[in-house]
Amino acid sequence: MPDMVLEIRGLDAHYGDFQALYGIDMTVARGEMLAIIGANGAGKTTLLRSISGLMKNGNDQIRYNGAPIGAMRADLVARLGIALVPEGRQLFPSLSVEENLVIGGQVGRKGPWSLSEIYALFPILKERRHQPSTSLSGGQQQMVAIGRALMANPDLILFDEISLGLAPVIIKSIYQALPNIVGQGMTALIVEQDIARALSVSSRVYCLQEGRVSLEGASGGISRAEISRAYFGVT
Amino acid sequence: MEWFNAVVQGALLGGLYALFAAGLSLIFGVMRLVNIAHGDLIVLAAYLGLSVTLVLGIHPLLALIVVVPAMAVAGYILQRGILNQTLGQDLLPPLLVTFGLSVIIQNALLEIYTADPQKMNAGLLETASVSLGGLSLGVLPLLTFAVAVLVIAGLQWTFYRTALGRAFRAVSDNQDIAQLMGLNRHHIFGLSMALALAVTAIAGILLGIRTSFDPSIGGGRLIFGFEAVIIGGLGNLWGTLAGGVILGVAQTIGAKIDPGWQILSGHLVFLIILAVRPNGLFPRISG
Repeated sequence: MPDMVLEIRGLDAHYGDFQALYGIDMTVARGEMLAIIGANGAGKTTLLRSISGLMKNGNDQIRYNGAPIGAMRADLVARLGIALVPEGRQLFPSLSVEENLVIGGQVGRKGPWSLSEIYALFPILKERRHQPSTSLSGGQQQMVAIGRALMANPDLILFDEISLGLAPVIIKSIYQALPNIVGQGMTALIVEQDIARALSVSSRVYCLQEGRVSLEGASGGISRAEISRAYFGVT
Repeated sequence: MEWFNAVVQGALLGGLYALFAAGLSLIFGVMRLVNIAHGDLIVLAAYLGLSVTLVLGIHPLLALIVVVPAMAVAGYILQRGILNQTLGQDLLPPLLVTFGLSVIIQNALLEIYTADPQKMNAGLLETASVSLGGLSLGVLPLLTFAVAVLVIAGLQWTFYRTALGRAFRAVSDNQDIAQLMGLNRHHIFGLSMALALAVTAIAGILLGIRTSFDPSIGGGRLIFGFEAVIIGGLGNLWGTLAGGVILGVAQTIGAKIDPGWQILSGHLVFLIILAVRPNGLFPRISG
């Protein structure tokens, strides 16, 4: 049996009376790059919020390195080594670029990533390190958001729509950096609207549709027609 | 010269108001909590100081060694035990709960200490003064002002130079994302209330040395604190000190015109500033 970082079994998630996820099953093996695609409102962000502990679920519905974390508080989940690069970057506006990075490392996990490593990966951030995070361009803010997550030296990193609202050339450079980032034994889960991008970077893909898994398979072995069907629910 | 004297005395009084305000400003900044019981907590600290000086027979300033940590611990417990449960999207529950707390503190003080005005005996410190360029300045007001400057500088340093301050700002900016950084917001809120009540303890003891106090005066101290915060601009600690000074000067000048006008003129200046600059004089807009 392969070494599973994350096992999700029958995950339901609710916002009040509204049910966003219906019995999601998903496994993520150590070191793999998994993509999650789906239309707006399919439940992709809800899934990431559930994994990272921002939404409470049945404790056994999410297992991380074999231990149940479904009902665990987000700050404790973070300390176990799950980091989220949130949709829309969500940097701390009151913190400088460097403070945003440093606070990401505050969980105190050992590993390859430190301030100097982040600055080597994104040299522009070193130049701007004392500026308020809000003064950066969208692409630079995304670098800070990724760097902030890496500073935690996570085992599992979750990327939520990192291409959203960025210029194509920036998206390209961020995706080029991704294999270097995840190559260091880290497991990654990527939520992405850009299907081609998601398929090219990942080894396996899940498609969500209205809160359910509508397709699962190797990223190389799925046809466009299958994806359209899983994406929109049309036949 | 008399007017100049009034301005200087008012500015020194403003130091005390800044101490009233600093704790309010801190907890509003970190968790958007408006603490109606803040004034009563100042009075509670004054009574605690009174008891400590009487029981241990020590100088009121030495009582700070006991009262500051005691109030800080009480603040942490209060926050984790009660106030955290009231925080959310709605601003009303914390207002109502702290209002209730205010009533409880007042009545508990009334039961324990009666309604008789009390005062702490600080000996020579109360009457000592120094002459400076024709002005006679009380040592206690000078000390109070110096403490206010030190406290504000200390809070400023904590906020912008330490890991704790970074956590305060991060939680204030975005609670969810701060949780993802491994910060337990309930703990951070507890620490911010502890820090706020430590400052409140200093304010309460200096108040209790300066004037007599009874269980009912908390509301007035709360208003002065609010006015200093709002004049200075929300979220700006040095602005809060400036706000306290402006309020203090307005009051002493008012009193100079007519002794009955002291409190009223402070409120009038506050209202004028609120009308002209609704965000205060030195707002720090964040996010």
